[in-house]
Amino acid sequence: MNTPNSLLIRRSRRSSNLSFVALGLVAVGLVMMPYVVYQSVTSSMVMLFVLVIIASMWNLLAGFGGLVSIGQQAYIGIGAYTVIVMADLGVHPLIGVFFGALTSAMLALPTSWLAFRLRGDYFAVGTWVIAEVYRLVMIKFQFVGGADGKSLVGLSGLDPVMRSALTYWFALGIAILTVLGCFWLLRSRIGLALTAIRDDEVSARAGGIDATRIKRIVYLVSAAGCGLAGGILVVDALRVQPDAIFSVSWSAYMIFIVIIGGIGYLEGPLIGALVFFAMQQFLAEMGTWYLMLLGVLAICAAAWFPKGLWGAFSQKTGFRLFPVGYHVAQRFDTPVDSRAPLFRN
Amino acid sequence: MTTLLSVQEINVHHGQLHAVRDFSLDVNDGEKTAVIGANGAGKSTLMRAIAGTHRPTSGRIFLRGEDITDLHAGRRVEAGIALVPEGRRLFRSLSLEENLLTGTYRKRRGTWSLEAIFELFPWMKERRAKPVARLSGGEQQAVAIGRALLSNPDVLLIDELSLGLAPSIVARIYGMIPRVVETGCSVLFVEQNVAQALSVADRALCLLEGRTVLTGVASELERSEVEDAYFGVAHGRGGRKERNSDADS
Amino acid sequence: MQILDALAQGILLGGLYTLFAVGLSIMFGVMRIVNLAHGDFAILAAFLAILLVGETSFPVWLVVAITVPAFAAIGYFLQRTLFQQSLNSGPLSTLLVTFGMSIVIQNALLEAFSANPQRLDVGQLATASFPVGPIAIPYIGVLGLMLAILCIVAIELFLRRTATGRMTRAVSDDPDTARLTGANSRHIYGLATGIAFGAVAIAGLLLAARSSVEPTAGSMRLIFAFEAVVIGGLGSLWGTLVGGLSLGVVQTLVAHFDPSSSILAGHLLFLLVLAFRPQGLIPARSL
Repeated sequence: MNTPNSLLIRRSRRSSNLSFVALGLVAVGLVMMPYVVYQSVTSSMVMLFVLVIIASMWNLLAGFGGLVSIGQQAYIGIGAYTVIVMADLGVHPLIGVFFGALTSAMLALPTSWLAFRLRGDYFAVGTWVIAEVYRLVMIKFQFVGGADGKSLVGLSGLDPVMRSALTYWFALGIAILTVLGCFWLLRSRIGLALTAIRDDEVSARAGGIDATRIKRIVYLVSAAGCGLAGGILVVDALRVQPDAIFSVSWSAYMIFIVIIGGIGYLEGPLIGALVFFAMQQFLAEMGTWYLMLLGVLAICAAAWFPKGLWGAFSQKTGFRLFPVGYHVAQRFDTPVDSRAPLFRN
Repeated sequence: MTTLLSVQEINVHHGQLHAVRDFSLDVNDGEKTAVIGANGAGKSTLMRAIAGTHRPTSGRIFLRGEDITDLHAGRRVEAGIALVPEGRRLFRSLSLEENLLTGTYRKRRGTWSLEAIFELFPWMKERRAKPVARLSGGEQQAVAIGRALLSNPDVLLIDELSLGLAPSIVARIYGMIPRVVETGCSVLFVEQNVAQALSVADRALCLLEGRTVLTGVASELERSEVEDAYFGVAHGRGGRKERNSDADS
Repeated sequence: MQILDALAQGILLGGLYTLFAVGLSIMFGVMRIVNLAHGDFAILAAFLAILLVGETSFPVWLVVAITVPAFAAIGYFLQRTLFQQSLNSGPLSTLLVTFGMSIVIQNALLEAFSANPQRLDVGQLATASFPVGPIAIPYIGVLGLMLAILCIVAIELFLRRTATGRMTRAVSDDPDTARLTGANSRHIYGLATGIAFGAVAIAGLLLAARSSVEPTAGSMRLIFAFEAVVIGGLGSLWGTLVGGLSLGVVQTLVAHFDPSSSILAGHLLFLLVLAFRPQGLIPARSL
């Protein structure tokens, strides 16, 4: 008979170990960028890092937690506004970014009490309404500029080249932290619980997993990540404008990136963000046609290729950059006849 | 007697599980056939494959010589197959009468009408407007059968009629099967209770891990023999009946 | 007295919201999907009608008679193709597909009609009103409320009195078993979506007749429709009417005191209901 002992279960393969080395090299290369390329390149890459962060957060939420939100722009906005307000109080904006994550997570808790009352598709629209509420409330406050928004103080004294490089490194660092954070989270007990919930929520609950609590944790983490992204955006742009920072377009970007890249794979948002970023660089001047193209691609991917680019690739090759699952590394085969009768007489 | 339903060499998969293997069966006009087997023997999957909600991976299914393998479940109802699903599965937001009437959706002609069902189960008439959630398990089972009969099927499939019901109620519900057959309808039913199955059926077959391990005329089959097949005890005892050689593997 | 006027206007506005919400309610009730492009389809219908009125000499009633059935047909067709495909692809797919569709429609409209608000010319009907005591009741508002009620009555009659409607409710309960009793669930889904699209086209035309609309107005319409459904209670059409009316009244009353807070007030009503009465004002049966 097959016993668990006859299988050797591993998380990582050699290819994953190699890929970690490769990723490390890529990271080092990215760190060197400000010394190598023009400032315009690094400053547009800040946007890429923001996209990686928010898409990873959305992937965590929707791909692993099963919570499709189209209201994560709420936390981007809250993060951004926190940086502005903290800077007014004299806190350095780069420190303020972390406070942005904290405020986002803190506001996400009461928000989740309301939003979690809606299931499935209704949750999605509910989060959108809540994001709208945050925007509408924010423009009521005159001390943050009302509907006009407000400029960031505290960084304006810095040399523009230095500031740009600093922003770049900061954004890069946060992006790496976010991706590693997701990786760590999914390998923890929470990741295991999430997988169980995703496979069969009822059984997972019966198995003693507090599914709502786990989902709430994921929701808070995702809010914090989006808060970081919002902080980076305001540090980069030096001002905040409520309609732009609370725009549902952020959700559109997250969704597009994750769907194209591969939902439910940590690698998906990275691939998707690269694709999206490239499209944005080359096609953005096409305006509405470009957006229509994005929409059509998202529709086709969601309906016909739900696994996305990375899903298709990894299914063919078995290759994973971030091994969060388990696989059988070695099998000591004992022939088992499944048709052998239970009793013989 | 002519062959009404003919299942030929079908294989059905349930995810990775090979639930039904190389299964063949002929059901003749007006015949009552019982499918006996333990939990997980593939009986329900077989029924669903015949009814058209679960597509076989290979093999064909014929009704009166017509190949119905490619018809979806709704069309098979139109062709004359109706399944009473396991666990009744009544529509909870519809009243008793509305549940029955869903059976008339395909408008097949025949002896069964709402009045005929009320005659078969007289208690239904005055409770026709009640929500089905208020009915007892046995009553719900009767509604599920009535719903299937209202499509005036040529073959009535019944999956685990006795599930969760008291034996006396089960006996009473089985008691109406001869009435159904009188109207010219064949019945193919799944039953775990061997004695119950053999007392009702003309013919019985035993499924084990997706294979037919024993078939025979119900009155000639011995209970112990069926029970052996049921549990997969394949050796010993004389082989008077047709027996699938696979059973020994 | 002005309050009374605001109340009346709010009820009439609520009629329009209901008309938007009915389709959303139907699609969620039968297929458990939310069409995120729901509002955008209304705006699309409005712009098509504006185009037809502008480019042809058709009278408005004929344009309406063309647009509404056309949208019902589009709905049926989309359900049988794209939506069904995405339903097969997994639980998240329909949301993502309809969200993509919303982006496509908004940008296609921007490309074709520019960002300028436009209006469907219905002549006198748009501005005419009749007095009830001291307040003036606009005909178009009454038309909207009546159409909303008419829609609900018609759909209820369909669901409760016809064999197909009965089967629609059965499919909504348990599509698998409904197939066993003869339903072609894909066809039923198509019908439900067709009804929803027809209703939302009516809503879009009415919206464009009351006030001018811009190509991106669809998102806000979706949100209002959604709020109406949740406030009223999921899965109950009469609840949706109550939800739509409540939303209209709250928005209009608050606008009377502070126009800039009117939409926020509607959102807050939605959140209050979610917090204290998550089953909605009119608790539902399913469909």
